[in-house]
Amino acid sequence: MEAFGLLMHGFAVLMTWKIISLMVVGLVLGIFVGVLPGLGGPNGVAILLPLTFTMDPTSAIVMLSCIYWGALFGGAITSILFNIPGEAWSVATTFDGYPMAQQGKAAEALTAAFTSSFIGSLVAVMLITFLAPIISSFALKFGPPEFFAVYLLTFCSFVGLGREAKHKTVISMALGLLIAGIGMDTVSGNLRMTFGSDNLLRGINFLVAVIGLFGISEILLTMEERLALRGHAAKISLRTVLKVWMDLPKYWVTLLRSSVIGCWLGITPGGAIAASFMGYNLAKRFSKDSESFGKGRIEGVFAPETAAHASGTAALLPMLALGIPGSGTAAILLGGLMVWGLNPGPLLFVEHKDFVWGLIASMYLGNVVGLVIVLTTVPIFASILRVPFAAVAPMIVVSCAIGAYAIQNAMFDIWLMLGFGVVGYVFKKIGIPLAPFTLALVLGSRAEDAFRLAMIGSGGSVGVFWSNGLVGTITTLAITLLFWPVIDKVFSGVGRMLKPAAQTS
Amino acid sequence: MSKSIRATAALAAVLASAPILSSAKAWEPTKPVEIVVAAGAGGASDQMARMMQAAIQKNSLMKAPVVVSLKGGASGAEALIYMKSSEGDANKVLIAYSLIYMLPLSAKIPFNWRDLTPVSVVAMDQFVLWDNASGAKTVKEFIAAAKAASSPFKMGGTGSKREDHVLTVFMEKQTGAKFSYLPYKSGGEAATQLVGNHTEANVNNPSENLEVWRAGQVRALCVFDKERISYKTKVTETQSWNDIPTCKEEGLDVQYLMLRAMFLPGKVTPEQQAFYVDLFEKVTKTPEYKDYMEKQALKPIFLKGPEMLKFLEEDDALNKSLMTEAGFVAK
Repeated sequence: MEAFGLLMHGFAVLMTWKIISLMVVGLVLGIFVGVLPGLGGPNGVAILLPLTFTMDPTSAIVMLSCIYWGALFGGAITSILFNIPGEAWSVATTFDGYPMAQQGKAAEALTAAFTSSFIGSLVAVMLITFLAPIISSFALKFGPPEFFAVYLLTFCSFVGLGREAKHKTVISMALGLLIAGIGMDTVSGNLRMTFGSDNLLRGINFLVAVIGLFGISEILLTMEERLALRGHAAKISLRTVLKVWMDLPKYWVTLLRSSVIGCWLGITPGGAIAASFMGYNLAKRFSKDSESFGKGRIEGVFAPETAAHASGTAALLPMLALGIPGSGTAAILLGGLMVWGLNPGPLLFVEHKDFVWGLIASMYLGNVVGLVIVLTTVPIFASILRVPFAAVAPMIVVSCAIGAYAIQNAMFDIWLMLGFGVVGYVFKKIGIPLAPFTLALVLGSRAEDAFRLAMIGSGGSVGVFWSNGLVGTITTLAITLLFWPVIDKVFSGVGRMLKPAAQTS
Repeated sequence: MSKSIRATAALAAVLASAPILSSAKAWEPTKPVEIVVAAGAGGASDQMARMMQAAIQKNSLMKAPVVVSLKGGASGAEALIYMKSSEGDANKVLIAYSLIYMLPLSAKIPFNWRDLTPVSVVAMDQFVLWDNASGAKTVKEFIAAAKAASSPFKMGGTGSKREDHVLTVFMEKQTGAKFSYLPYKSGGEAATQLVGNHTEANVNNPSENLEVWRAGQVRALCVFDKERISYKTKVTETQSWNDIPTCKEEGLDVQYLMLRAMFLPGKVTPEQQAFYVDLFEKVTKTPEYKDYMEKQALKPIFLKGPEMLKFLEEDDALNKSLMTEAGFVAK
């Protein structure tokens, strides 16, 4: 209850016109930043950070975190309307969001995405509010073996629970892991697969690959099939919003499951990306009608969005409590905190109560205000669909190119993005799923480092992955998920009864 | 003390502003100036760059805006290559540390700091031997524990074949104990892994372990310098930076200091170089810089011109011999 009192104090700090207007400005900027592919949350926050140097720390963090929420909301817009994930964690949202938009249900999809973002963040904020001290000590339990086990779990859940043919998932994942190996290897300090090229030195940036794989390849496919972006005038009315909201209770299991996954992966720096994929896959797995996923099912939007946002929000907790950023944006916010003379760490909660609780209160307020802003602007975004393809396509290509360039100010990345566009096109043609490829690209090198550090630490014994209850449980769960289809078949009868129990894990 | 500093700073500011008025033709950047950081977000270099950005903007030391750009890819090699390929562009300034000597040796990165234009050395960074608060209380006990350990005795650090790794190797050579070195991506990660008891110790810079030290989660065993850190203000409940003994006092004769220096790309004009020498000299006189030095326990220093070159050559030779002796030079 002490937390509750402090939270109320936080609200009191925020309730000034100045802060509320900064909040709105931050949210609108954030939505724009989130809509542009490649620009995204981290870059947006980085560009706007110097603006805040003259503000007091509380105003500054409120504005920056609102940019962050805005970007989280905005990322969903392009994923649904154009099949271009504005942010990495929106990739899974495209699976069902884009088909929905094609069927003329863009408004429903957007409403679903925003609402579930809101729910996900809200759950995570409540978690931060009441569990901050406990959770920060939980995060400390994560050493290299635990990290590897989490990554393994993500990979295995993909293979075991994926809809696609297993061998294709594995091929796609293996190619992703191969590409993730390019660049400097942290553990040995040597360069790998750079072939003497300065451009390859820094490795293949994940966002560059994603923009190409999803955005450019989609344009190529659309051109080939002479499909216009056949959007119907998405009339979003209060009725649509209410209809989606009325349906919400039906999906409470999905929402709850995704929130839990998201919070967990956000706190243990598994990240929003892994969370969104895992949320989607589990929702599909445990659905009675998993065949309809990927064809425009609203649950397929709820699941990844809730998980991504729960995790994006929860990622702020280890940053504040421990000084370890759980995401790229959190890392930049961390830099900001230090400029304002606040050192994140266990003492921040004790020494700067005003600041911490002001920030937490701003998460509640920012989310509510954000939801209202995005819902009222949905008609504007949905009307983009009515613009002819011939006019929209070049704009998308240009904004993809800008996005790819802006990440590292490198011309080389634009060529790389176009190259990945062709790869994405070929993959779609021969039916190799793109998601495992992107997942491997994001988590590949982290998983590799964690595995090798665990091996150095244990002197080369694989037993380290079962050396304590936490890591043992995660590893066992991972292997169970990997062989889930087999297990499912063997115990098909029993399996059906066990499903509700497995969901809570 | 602080009064005299402030007075000096004010005086310096007055003196500094005078020549700008008189020599209006001196070169000055017109485009935003990029401070290039060869490390990830939140690390020591990034924090320092942001301090400089704030110091320059708050004290209006320059008309053009300052942006910080993070080029931490490939353990910082990205920044080095970026600087090398920006020949003649006086709007980019690198905030360098010992990687300028070490990376070309260990990973054969085609880079030589002599291709860049040195501006000034702005600080020296310390290294401290830390262990978990529940671990050994003195260096002697620590070494004894390392020798007695049956499973690998884990030492965390940033990157492979770099300063932290070199220090670990020299500790092994000095004491005969054996460590398993775990290379993490950043000093922050090394710090939390130590707190979580996943490693036994690390050799982080003071800034990287500051917060966990204040929270009483780690213990500072000794500092790898000839003399103690000068700051005597209490940082934790009971200790100031000055209370940490030197490693030599504790019988572990290993020393290492790391430079923090500014470089421009190659082939810039002498006027451009002079502008930045002057700019960073002013930065070192701002209250922001002084606060930062004390808070992060850095050694203030300012070297420019021939003095800096002499220092760089000596420091390069020293780092090269350490790297060779540690066996980290790629063939």
